[in-house]
Amino acid sequence: MAITNGSIELAGVIKIYDGATTRAVDGVNLTIPDGAYVCFLGPSGCGKTTILRMIAGHEDPTDGEVLIGGENVVGLTPAERRTAMMFQSYALFPHLSVRDNIAFALRVRGMSSSERRKAADEMIDKVRLGELADRLPGQLSGGQQQRVALARAAITSPKVLLLDEPLSALDEQLRVQMRQELCRMQRELGITFIHVTHTQMEAIAIADMVVVMEKGRIKQAGPARDVYDQPQDRYVAEFLGGQNVLRGKVEKIEGDRAIVVAPELRNVVVPVGARRGLAPGAEVDFAVRRDDVGLSRPDRHDGGGSAVPTRVRAVEYQGNFVKVMLDPVSGDELVAYVPDRIFYDDPFAIGDLVMAGWHADKARMLA
Amino acid sequence: MSATDNALAEQAVRGRAAGRRRTGGRSWTFYVLLALFIFYVIALYGPMICIYILSFQDVRGGLVFPMKGFSLHWFVDLFTQVRTGDVKGSFDRSFKLAIIVTILTVVISFMSGLAFRKRFRGDTIVFYLMIGSLVAPGLVLGIGIGLIWSYLGLEASWYTSALGAQLSWTLPFGILVMFAVMSRFQNAWEEAARDLGASPMQTIRLVVLPIIAPGLIAVALFGFTLSYDEFARTLQTAGSLNTLPLEIWSMTLNVTSPSLYSLGTVTTIISFVIIGVSLGAIYLIQKRRAARVAND
Repeated sequence: MAITNGSIELAGVIKIYDGATTRAVDGVNLTIPDGAYVCFLGPSGCGKTTILRMIAGHEDPTDGEVLIGGENVVGLTPAERRTAMMFQSYALFPHLSVRDNIAFALRVRGMSSSERRKAADEMIDKVRLGELADRLPGQLSGGQQQRVALARAAITSPKVLLLDEPLSALDEQLRVQMRQELCRMQRELGITFIHVTHTQMEAIAIADMVVVMEKGRIKQAGPARDVYDQPQDRYVAEFLGGQNVLRGKVEKIEGDRAIVVAPELRNVVVPVGARRGLAPGAEVDFAVRRDDVGLSRPDRHDGGGSAVPTRVRAVEYQGNFVKVMLDPVSGDELVAYVPDRIFYDDPFAIGDLVMAGWHADKARMLA
Repeated sequence: MSATDNALAEQAVRGRAAGRRRTGGRSWTFYVLLALFIFYVIALYGPMICIYILSFQDVRGGLVFPMKGFSLHWFVDLFTQVRTGDVKGSFDRSFKLAIIVTILTVVISFMSGLAFRKRFRGDTIVFYLMIGSLVAPGLVLGIGIGLIWSYLGLEASWYTSALGAQLSWTLPFGILVMFAVMSRFQNAWEEAARDLGASPMQTIRLVVLPIIAPGLIAVALFGFTLSYDEFARTLQTAGSLNTLPLEIWSMTLNVTSPSLYSLGTVTTIISFVIIGVSLGAIYLIQKRRAARVAND
């Protein structure tokens, strides 16, 4: 059986660790097309690394199937699956030089020393480590170690490359640089990359497909922009950030719009969207992007759209925008991202009374 | 030395100079502790050095100072005179026994080190039993083994009962050293090897063994030296033929010539040679690694 393409299918995958009572992975179904860059995103303990390890063949699912290139690979070794993994700490062999580390997979396959040297040197050029080929891993910087780990994993031309928090050991600046490097390598190799992270900015910056997980289940999976802009529920919206998630009660339905009220909210209009069949009296969550919230002085408010009278709690300058934190609405955070030029035309001070408003179409009903 | 090292060294020197200026000379506690330390070193090495010196006397030599002449007479005597005891035979047995103990200690400690990375049923009990054999009085343990042997009607010998008694001493040591070695071993290395297609044997040979080789040499050194001069546990378990420490002990009871001292000198030299060879092996491994990296 030869696996010739890197599409992956998880079908009803469940994982219960020995002695554990809860399911680390609780019935995951997912289809990943060949050549995609996928990010699994979630807090620690949500099961994302377990899924990665089950695809890699370092863990067997308790139930369900893992298919790579259409073949059920449960029980196969990583080499037979044509997968390769890049470990969180890189796990470079400390006693081998960069070249020997990269050539390791060829050595255990019995390739002659001159052949594997040649192949390793080609790979070393590809990841731009030329002058470091004879160094030991301990003599390399974090970014260089990461490139060695990438080269070592890629040398057997796997169909799927699995990356376990590949950027977590790097400092902020290098992280941004290396994520570009990962994207470049993925395009060059043309294979499926599966990347696990708990940093949402990292995920949406590089992934074709973002999979948001919570407690062993997939909450939402889709293109990065969809997941960020159109979160399905409160969890996804809050985890990805950039959204105000508010709560209220449906007062009445007018066509495809619901009128939502709460102690601090009066007649907020929210498009019903996918939640047809919503009845008056239902408790709902809805989201408004922080950069869709506009602030104005109460006396200058034009009265259009939805608006909440509130007070400025704190102001943080962020460079191209200003983060204005407002009094919470029924316990939910309310934050506005105001472009810095607009903010400094008429800056608000802490304690100022303001109207926080948004266009009715910008609100999104959550599940 | 790199630039930062230089800077650091400079800083340290300056810091020390500043410290001296502040206190204006050493405090009295320094001299008390210095005297204590010198006394300790003399007490530790003085008697041994006396024995080494006295072993080089000539034929008139006695067991106490002053030195009478200077020669290798008592070393020759040691290997030629039968009345000094069976030095050659006992050395032979001790050396062979130490080699067997070393090999068993290294192999079993290595495997235990791998096993103890994970919890398993009864791991705590095994661990405390092991520590128990370390703290149990050696003489009592030896007598116990001797008694069991005679109860079972077996003949005690250096390569059966004494071997077991010595392992009860060297294994806990070896395993504790392996714990320290394995605490710095990342399990991800093994997983990475498997991920890259290595078989379990290849993983051990190409990844695990080379990484922990210096630790294994340390275990071997422990095993050898602990066995080579083991006395308490061997006394009742060696059977009719003595190991070297037992032979030396019996010689102190009936040999009253400096050849006893020359025996001490010879065994010390052998110990140092063994330690030197081991350290040399560690040094060579590291040097070869560095050289391979440089020339590759």
